[in-house]
Amino acid sequence: MRDVHALLPGRCNCGGKSGLQLLQGVWDLRGSLQAKSDKDGSRRLLTSNEAIAEAVRIAKPDIIAAYPITPQSPIVERLAEMIEKGELNSRFIIVESEHSAMAVIHGAATAGARVFTATSSQGLAYMLEMCWWIAGSRLPAVMAVAMRSLGAPWNIHGDHMDIMLLRDAGWIIGIAENAQEAFDMTLQAFYVSEEVSLPFAVGIDGFTMSHTAEVVRIWNPRIPERKQAYRVLPGDEIAVNAVTLGDARMKARYDLALDLERSAEVIEKSDADFGNHGGLVEKYRLEDAEFAVIMAGGWCGDAKDAIDMLRDEGIKIGLLRLRFIRPFPREIIKSLSCKTLVIDRANTDIFGVLCKEVRACGLDAKNVVAGLGGLEVGAEDFYRLFRKFAENRLGEVEWLL
Amino acid sequence: MILPGNASCQGCPISLAMRCLDEIEKPVIVMPAGCSTVIAGLHPNSAFKIPVIHVPFTSTPSVACGLSEAYGRLGIKANVVAWMGDGALDISFSALSASAMRNDDYIAIVVDNEAYMNTGTQASLSTPFGAKTTTSPAGKKWMKRNIGLILISHRANYVATASVGFIQDLRKKLRKAGKMSGFRFIHVHTPCPPGWKFPSNKTIEVARMAVRSGAWILYEYERGRITFSESGKKFLDKNNRIPISEYLAMQKRFVVSEEILKNLEIEIEENIKALLKLSEL
Repeated sequence: MRDVHALLPGRCNCGGKSGLQLLQGVWDLRGSLQAKSDKDGSRRLLTSNEAIAEAVRIAKPDIIAAYPITPQSPIVERLAEMIEKGELNSRFIIVESEHSAMAVIHGAATAGARVFTATSSQGLAYMLEMCWWIAGSRLPAVMAVAMRSLGAPWNIHGDHMDIMLLRDAGWIIGIAENAQEAFDMTLQAFYVSEEVSLPFAVGIDGFTMSHTAEVVRIWNPRIPERKQAYRVLPGDEIAVNAVTLGDARMKARYDLALDLERSAEVIEKSDADFGNHGGLVEKYRLEDAEFAVIMAGGWCGDAKDAIDMLRDEGIKIGLLRLRFIRPFPREIIKSLSCKTLVIDRANTDIFGVLCKEVRACGLDAKNVVAGLGGLEVGAEDFYRLFRKFAENRLGEVEWLL
Repeated sequence: MILPGNASCQGCPISLAMRCLDEIEKPVIVMPAGCSTVIAGLHPNSAFKIPVIHVPFTSTPSVACGLSEAYGRLGIKANVVAWMGDGALDISFSALSASAMRNDDYIAIVVDNEAYMNTGTQASLSTPFGAKTTTSPAGKKWMKRNIGLILISHRANYVATASVGFIQDLRKKLRKAGKMSGFRFIHVHTPCPPGWKFPSNKTIEVARMAVRSGAWILYEYERGRITFSESGKKFLDKNNRIPISEYLAMQKRFVVSEEILKNLEIEIEENIKALLKLSEL
């Protein structure tokens, strides 16, 4: 039963079913599993959206500001509900746009508050100016991105085109594979962001993760008190982000780039404190691999199934799952000595975004662009694709249309 | 608060208004790009002896909201001031509207020189009918937006207009706003010598002419009531006003025509009529 896979931690598997069919299946099972979870006390059936909201409840931000957008909305709806019920002592600011959501948390972080927001797609595009500004200001902040296609045309379903907008902005960008990882990564995000004074985006796939329930272990990792490089208080004789020319501007950007690189160490070192997911990457059956597939996101669950099938047939293939796009795991990718294929859910020209990044590491990777706008790609599709790759029948770049 | 030797132009009305910020206790300034940014100085220098947080245009009201919310939550006493020109006012309008509706705890101050002066005098929504700018070289074809009335329709906590021609009145309003809480809005008329093309020693005079002609009306809106400020009260009566043509003649941004005079006169009449009606409520 493919859809049961979706309920197990470690795999987010949509198995060729439509999001709605899958959702229906999950809701049917929800009642019985929920009862079982409750006995356990710490395991609950949650969508990735709900798992992120639970993580935010534990991180206790002072200020949350958000504007609704599908498929992110349930995160902030849940948080607003927690605040109303007294389960979370945060201030929720209802704003009139995503630009303002990011601006409000920018202001609040400047004053020294722990902050959170969430968005998707057009919302991320609309707030992009402030995303640059909060990173350039070196303010810690956490944002969940329920990754969704960017218009035109309108499409509310999943791909990675929105989150890739953040690549140059100076953000730490993590992409989870399942609800458990979404929970753990959100908590790690508060820690890492405040440790290195950089904003942190946690990506989850729209609908296949955001609206798909899985069993999640809710636990309570220790997060230190809010910490940041500076804050602005009344009475300070300080000008923040005044017109800055020459060396100083160049150096500010260099320092940001350098600290973004250095955040890799903080991520790796704290991985054990936040669920042991592998740090910058997850290596799946890569030890003796002659072929490696490089991917990110929820569909890696399906890809792993395809890899298992090919392994059963004796093909030495593995998966390198990118958990982080920034900092980019350059050294790990450079160390791959096998044939590589990158499967992208966002393109930059005819090539996928991640493939360009992998190729910049010196690898002669093949590329497949797939799954844009929620176009379904299941384990069977990956099986056929990987087989074609192993048999050297793939072109330099192909689109799975 | 603002140090001498700053980068403002000769006769700059904004630096005059900045001096009045000393009426406000514990200020933290949020400042979008504009002439004020230039006056505030280049990194690593600052012309202000108070904290200034420079931000992008659109974000100004929302950053101010985030700051004041966080200070409130962290138990820090502060008067957050969103200090913007009419350019930032235009581009942050929806955020400002949300702030007014939420009754965010900060003071929004708009120094209105009626065009985007810092980028070279392009037309703004505040540019009056007939005024020439680099993007309306033949004269703007539509009227100045009345932001005060718009914020009153938001039932904003405090709305005031002021002018650098009447510094005592401006100071009084800043002092008053500084002691209040919630959303406070002060719209300051700031005639700009290079932008409006008048000699730099005439700033105060031009500002006063605006009030005397009725082109700028001094009032306050508080707890649902409009009151007219002493300095400008008598100009509500047409008999006390100077002809608008005299105000326009002091500047070279208008090529005065019958059409311009007629439109501006109608606008003045309508604005005063609306405010007088509202003040009776």
